[in-house]
Amino acid sequence: MAEVKNILLCGVGGQGTILASKILSTALVSAGFDVKMSEIHGMSQRGGSVVTQVRYGEKVYSPIIGKGSADILVSFEAMEALRYVGELSPDGMVVVNDFKMPTATTLSGAQQYPQDAIDRVKALARTYVLDANKIATGLGNPKAMNVVLLGALVKLMKLDALDWTAAIKECVKPAFVELNLKALEAGMAAVA
Amino acid sequence: MKQLLTANEAVARGAWEAGVKFSSAYPGTPSTEILENLSTYKEINSEWAPNEKVALEAAIGAAFAGARATASMKHVGLNVAADPLFTLGYTGVNAGLVIINADDPGLHSSQDEQDNRYYARAAKIGMLEPSDSQEAKDMMKIAFELSEKYDTPILFRMTTRVCHSKSVVELGERKEVPFVPYVKKDKFNPVPAISKVLHTKVEERLKKLEEFSNTTELNYIEWAKDRKIGVVSAGIAYQYAKEVYGDSVSYLKLGFTFPMPIKKIRDFASQVETLIVVEELEPFMEDIIKAAGIPCTGKAKIPNEGELNPDIVRKALLGVENKTIQYDKSVVADRPPVLCAGCPHRGFFYELNKLKNVVVTSDIGCYGLAPKDIAICMGGGFSVAHGAQKVFNMAGDGRRCVGVMGDSTFFHSGMTSMLEAVYNNSNVLLVVLDNRITGMTGHQENPGSGFTAMDQEANVTDVAEVAKALGVKHIRTISPLNLSEAKEAIQWGLGFDTPAVIITRWPCALKKLSEADKKEFGNYKTINKVDAEKCIGCKMCVKTGCPALEYHSDTKKVTIDRNQCLGCDVCTQVCPRNAIVREGK
Repeated sequence: MAEVKNILLCGVGGQGTILASKILSTALVSAGFDVKMSEIHGMSQRGGSVVTQVRYGEKVYSPIIGKGSADILVSFEAMEALRYVGELSPDGMVVVNDFKMPTATTLSGAQQYPQDAIDRVKALARTYVLDANKIATGLGNPKAMNVVLLGALVKLMKLDALDWTAAIKECVKPAFVELNLKALEAGMAAVA
Repeated sequence: MKQLLTANEAVARGAWEAGVKFSSAYPGTPSTEILENLSTYKEINSEWAPNEKVALEAAIGAAFAGARATASMKHVGLNVAADPLFTLGYTGVNAGLVIINADDPGLHSSQDEQDNRYYARAAKIGMLEPSDSQEAKDMMKIAFELSEKYDTPILFRMTTRVCHSKSVVELGERKEVPFVPYVKKDKFNPVPAISKVLHTKVEERLKKLEEFSNTTELNYIEWAKDRKIGVVSAGIAYQYAKEVYGDSVSYLKLGFTFPMPIKKIRDFASQVETLIVVEELEPFMEDIIKAAGIPCTGKAKIPNEGELNPDIVRKALLGVENKTIQYDKSVVADRPPVLCAGCPHRGFFYELNKLKNVVVTSDIGCYGLAPKDIAICMGGGFSVAHGAQKVFNMAGDGRRCVGVMGDSTFFHSGMTSMLEAVYNNSNVLLVVLDNRITGMTGHQENPGSGFTAMDQEANVTDVAEVAKALGVKHIRTISPLNLSEAKEAIQWGLGFDTPAVIITRWPCALKKLSEADKKEFGNYKTINKVDAEKCIGCKMCVKTGCPALEYHSDTKKVTIDRNQCLGCDVCTQVCPRNAIVREGK
């Protein structure tokens, strides 16, 4: 486990990136990795762009990832993937939720939302597209979308063997454990 | 036991382990979660103070009376608390007192990126700087020992990236510390004759602290085989230096950063060919090292603006950059933070912003996301409006000034601003946007909200009563969601030659309603929809800036996101065709 791995989660305030990264880092710590995770609070709560960075390995120094060094980018929203794809290592992977959320500037017509955002990302990096909202809705709760995306990340980063049941139990209320475990499995299956 | 904690969580844990009994704070990103976490420990009396000055003063009282205490705040908050800080530097403490202060390099959520390390130097007090969560917890315990041993307050300086990054922490247990008996002492009453004596003691204390700085293991050397480059670093910058250089250079890592360990630095410098100072923001350490006659380089390479990261440090020190994916980023639309759907500020600002010839003076709360002309600092909206109004009147300019601030900001420092406008009389309109909570920082209780930081019921201070007591003659309380009421109130408020006050009273859209809120406002949350047959696509509703409304250029109709809509009805009132209706009707 010598090499430090870099994960970037991005989305829009309120999409649940923070819970996903919490489950992720909980499992990584239990598995014995040194882990650092960085998130910026504050303005991001008001519908702004949010990004969470998770780094793990034998010894991690910086809590933030340098440009061009993310091993995987998990974007909870289509255009946000295009915003952050530059953080990706040239041979990194992208998981993107097939979900578009307009911004204040596109709602007012001041800017255009790039409808082809996902295609643009696909042209730049190995990309897995998931309709996580649809998968989560199928499981009974669209809010579990974040853990569906986490499932895809787990599979692609070959972290299947970690104790996800324990991590989920630690991070969510008992009533939601079952749902989130199913969401994780569905996300893993979606990229298998 | 090991846990992954932010440094804000870890520092609270450290304070608890150190036997702290009293904590006070005013919320402010990135420091808010420190007190939120402290308040989860039942052994600690945790309080939200009306402002940072009061927080520090309360902590001073607690420490003088014999309990270990903390005051926490963001960087600009220490400006507010600077008055007691400097005198506290003279008096010293009784039980230990630590001021936890979080700078915001990169201005993630602030109006400036001042470097508060200078406060330690200016107030001549000891300073500690953690670089991760484990250090944050461990140094907190050391901070109290130092505070008591050297009779000094300690400035515990953090930065956003330390505060909000999680790393692995080995937890300890709480060690109860007995009360230090209060004994009346001259030093607690620093009149000039006493302060002269205290100043001498402060200078002696600085020398002792520097001795400590030179010998403590908080300031340690990591030797590399190759001694060409020696790096002096502290805080998060140390982590970036390690990321970039790894084990290829030698480090002098500082945890106790004021007074600086000059002897240790001199020894270190003498054993390396080049000394590089890696620090975020200003050349605080570099200047002190250079003033001691030790050659070094730092800000000549590393920028003093913005937040550092491994890329910036790598480029500055090694001249190399990572390979990145190149693409056209110009198609990515901005995603600025906005007022939430259902935000009570929206309706009021919709009406206010229609007025021409009005200057809106505001500050940094959520309402700062609405259009404004001037914003300087917490509570400044009213006093800036007053000064500007006087000059506009003198100049015969005709412009009218409207000061706005939230309820928490009003209690923070808006009360004295309002008093200024009353006492020195100007025809300003002062608006308190009372959303029943401290909104921007994530819902902390305040003197008007009915609860304490520890979720106990609190005495409630009423904004209108305060305004009346301050001498305001014209006061109205309105619902900001009722546009005609807001419009009429603004016209009314601009019609006097003395200050008028409007209080817009409606809970924050994200607030978990208290029983009192439910009683006052009812269960108002509903969902609206657009009747597509009636919608003419005029986009009047979209102009309110509500993120729940979306205009579709293909259908030329607007739809409402039912996951966001709270049924505030601002859009309903704006629609010229009555096309927006309640769901289910």
